[in-house]
Amino acid sequence: MRRLITILSLFLFLVPLQALAAGNVTTFTLKNGMQAVVIEDHRAPVVMHMVWYRVGSADEQPGKSGIAHLLEHLMFKGTKRFGPGKFSAIVAANGGSENAFTNYDTTAYFQRVASDRLGMVMEMEADRMRGLVLTDNDVKTERDVVLEERAMRVDNNPGALFTEQRRAAQYLNHHYGIPIIGWRQEVEKLTREDALAFYRKFYAPNNAILIVAGDVYPDEVRKLAEEYYGPIAPTPDLGPRNRPGEPPQLAERRLRFSDPRISQPYVIRTYLAPERNPGDQRQAAALTLLAELLGGSGLNSVLGQKLQLEQKVALNTSAFYDGVSLDKTTFGLLVVPAKGVSLGDAEKAMDKAVAQFLKEGVDRKKLASLKNQIRASQIYGRDSLSGLARKYGDALTAGLAVKDVQEWPDILQSITPQEIIDAAHKVFDRRRAVTGWVMKQDSEAVK
Amino acid sequence: MKRILALFLVVVALSSPAQAKLKIQQITSPGGINAWLVEEHSIPFTSLEIRFDGGTALDDPGKRGSVYMMAGLLEEGAGELDATAFRNRRDALAASFSFDAGADSVAVSAKFLTENRDQALDLLGMAINKPRFDQTAIERVRAQILSIIAADKKSPRKIASDAFYRMAFGTHPYGSSGTGTEKTVTALTRDDIVKAWKDSMSLDHVYVAAVGDITPEELGKALDKLLGGLPKKGKALPAPAKVALTGGVSVIKFPAPQSVAVFGHAGISRDDPDFFAAFVMNRIFGSGDFTSRLTREVREKRGLTYGVYTWLAHYRHADLMMGSVSSANESIAKALRVIRDEWKKMATGKVTGEELDAAKRYLTGAYPLRFDGNARIASILVGMQLDGMPVSYIDTRNDRINAVTLQDVERVAKRLMKPDDLRIVVVGQPVGLKATD
Repeated sequence: MRRLITILSLFLFLVPLQALAAGNVTTFTLKNGMQAVVIEDHRAPVVMHMVWYRVGSADEQPGKSGIAHLLEHLMFKGTKRFGPGKFSAIVAANGGSENAFTNYDTTAYFQRVASDRLGMVMEMEADRMRGLVLTDNDVKTERDVVLEERAMRVDNNPGALFTEQRRAAQYLNHHYGIPIIGWRQEVEKLTREDALAFYRKFYAPNNAILIVAGDVYPDEVRKLAEEYYGPIAPTPDLGPRNRPGEPPQLAERRLRFSDPRISQPYVIRTYLAPERNPGDQRQAAALTLLAELLGGSGLNSVLGQKLQLEQKVALNTSAFYDGVSLDKTTFGLLVVPAKGVSLGDAEKAMDKAVAQFLKEGVDRKKLASLKNQIRASQIYGRDSLSGLARKYGDALTAGLAVKDVQEWPDILQSITPQEIIDAAHKVFDRRRAVTGWVMKQDSEAVK
Repeated sequence: MKRILALFLVVVALSSPAQAKLKIQQITSPGGINAWLVEEHSIPFTSLEIRFDGGTALDDPGKRGSVYMMAGLLEEGAGELDATAFRNRRDALAASFSFDAGADSVAVSAKFLTENRDQALDLLGMAINKPRFDQTAIERVRAQILSIIAADKKSPRKIASDAFYRMAFGTHPYGSSGTGTEKTVTALTRDDIVKAWKDSMSLDHVYVAAVGDITPEELGKALDKLLGGLPKKGKALPAPAKVALTGGVSVIKFPAPQSVAVFGHAGISRDDPDFFAAFVMNRIFGSGDFTSRLTREVREKRGLTYGVYTWLAHYRHADLMMGSVSSANESIAKALRVIRDEWKKMATGKVTGEELDAAKRYLTGAYPLRFDGNARIASILVGMQLDGMPVSYIDTRNDRINAVTLQDVERVAKRLMKPDDLRIVVVGQPVGLKATD
């Protein structure tokens, strides 16, 4: 992101799992192929305007890691019509805020403005879909900014450094194994030509999704969208997003990572796992519930109960899974051992707790409570415009359809205990897993 | 493009962004507890924000961390429910509670559904009025806090700000982290936690805001149940803190490729007649927006950082003008040189009419947009009460910003910006940067 890149948190907790009742969501597609989603909420005279491109860091060419994210920064450098700094200045002069972010599967730009300023931001966002002007100096300076961003987020943060190593080990071939922000030595060599080539290839109305949420009506959004985005010619030869896939994973991977800046050791394991697919979300729904049951709501989860409360071998535990992904995702388990407990013992306790859970099966009362919380999170989720807008943007750029987003809550409610156990058995295969020990000092490390 | 910009500004001048249609009711419960309420019945839930003035600044001498740990224990069992039973009940109700302790207040935030509101409020009331502070829970939370303290010692940003506050406030509670130290947290007893609870959560320090699907009568009844059992009087708030900063550069060596700097000097009170002028000045100087001077000079022109910011920090008992930047060890000296030069330039008080105009347009235009979403509105409203602002502040705030003139900015900048008083704390392995102490 220009100010905040999306780094997946280890500690995912219950997030609003669906948007609004379908009645408040309208979709349409412009003649040039640009898809649009309008989410109405008339409580405050505010609108969130977002353009999501179906391109992210995992779409980069080998050797060019970080170009999607660098381009996102460069998109603020101006066009022929709105010169350097003008877009930001105009948004600010209208009391608006704006930003952008890059993820593995998407790059998105957004402005939050008064609802009567929607046309204004659309005009500027449409203009920079094709009109970006870059100088060599822009690229050189912004590359330095990105390297400072990388230093802040990753190089100065041993946990983030390890996450890079872990993902690189998890994905044998897919670009999900390459950091969004890019490997330093590759970012250092990115050029203006690299940025423009990426821009010309992927930034097009038929590769973009417009999401407008807030105090607006679909007819008025459609009129404005036709006026500003409508005239942009589509890119004719945009092929499907065929990215390098994973070969069969046949060998367990184990990593030992040490850094004197680590204060709290932990053990983390991630398994390659299926993602949500259009019309086929049951397995992902089962895994979503599994993560919540195993390590979702802190102490009340299986890991929390067994390792933190009963055995007292852990300070913290977590299980995490995010099914919104174009290609294969991961299911993760994390244990932070209590003082005096070794990583080896923590890992054993974690495995034992999971095995016991698989044997005993799902606690039906816990599952009912969890489903009730998911239902409630839909209600709470309606409070946040940006949360709703992001839900749709993330899903649509990860290959899902609006229908899939809207069916998701009912699918979650319909998952049986057996489906959860079956999904767990399928995913928990060590040959597709990376286990990491993160520590301050490694007695076995070879200097 | 100059013309298009001008056109937009004309449009803006003619019609400022639509105002939020916010109706704030000031209510008093049958038991005499005051609250601000915005009824919003379109979504069947309520956001409730409760603040107790005081916060970790109320820690007794030698008991640093007691209020922080107390807040962490409020969800660890109450009444007849132990930690697990309490969480099960909360999860079954699908309510969300959070408890936190900051430098100046203890915060209780809750969201609950209309369908089981009474039960959710009963449970929250138990956490506030009848926390158990079981010894097993104390040990568990203590271990978690010790782990946070250990992590803070390895975080360049936290090392820098802790050192900065220590220099600014010395032995006043503001001078150390509210989490406490390894030594104080290890020594805290259950009695210390109970005392911290009684000291820091009392009716004479409480402020409440609610936004959502609840009527004034329902909220009034709920408040008595939620808070009525608390002590009438808590511990007296601490004395004002003296800002003891002196100009200079401190370097704390840390093995990291990027240096982190925290800097600042004495600030300006919210009650000061020139506060709004200072607020506008900071927008121009270091807000982090792409139009602000520091971001333009340090990031956009030179690529020396990902983020450089300044802000007016307001504590209950002290005010600071602060900033932060991070840059590679090889370039941090240069980044700080540019910041110091800009600080000197700002101290002359000269800003252009365009800068002033842009800052005012942003600040006044963005203000109504903040009132969006029950949770956001509730948190703004409780913050206003904590800062002693009346409901009418919302209607007058933009006028006061619009009234700021070039002369006002010049006057306050000359008074506030003191380049020679700047204390800069750098954590990392800075190259070519000399510590002065």
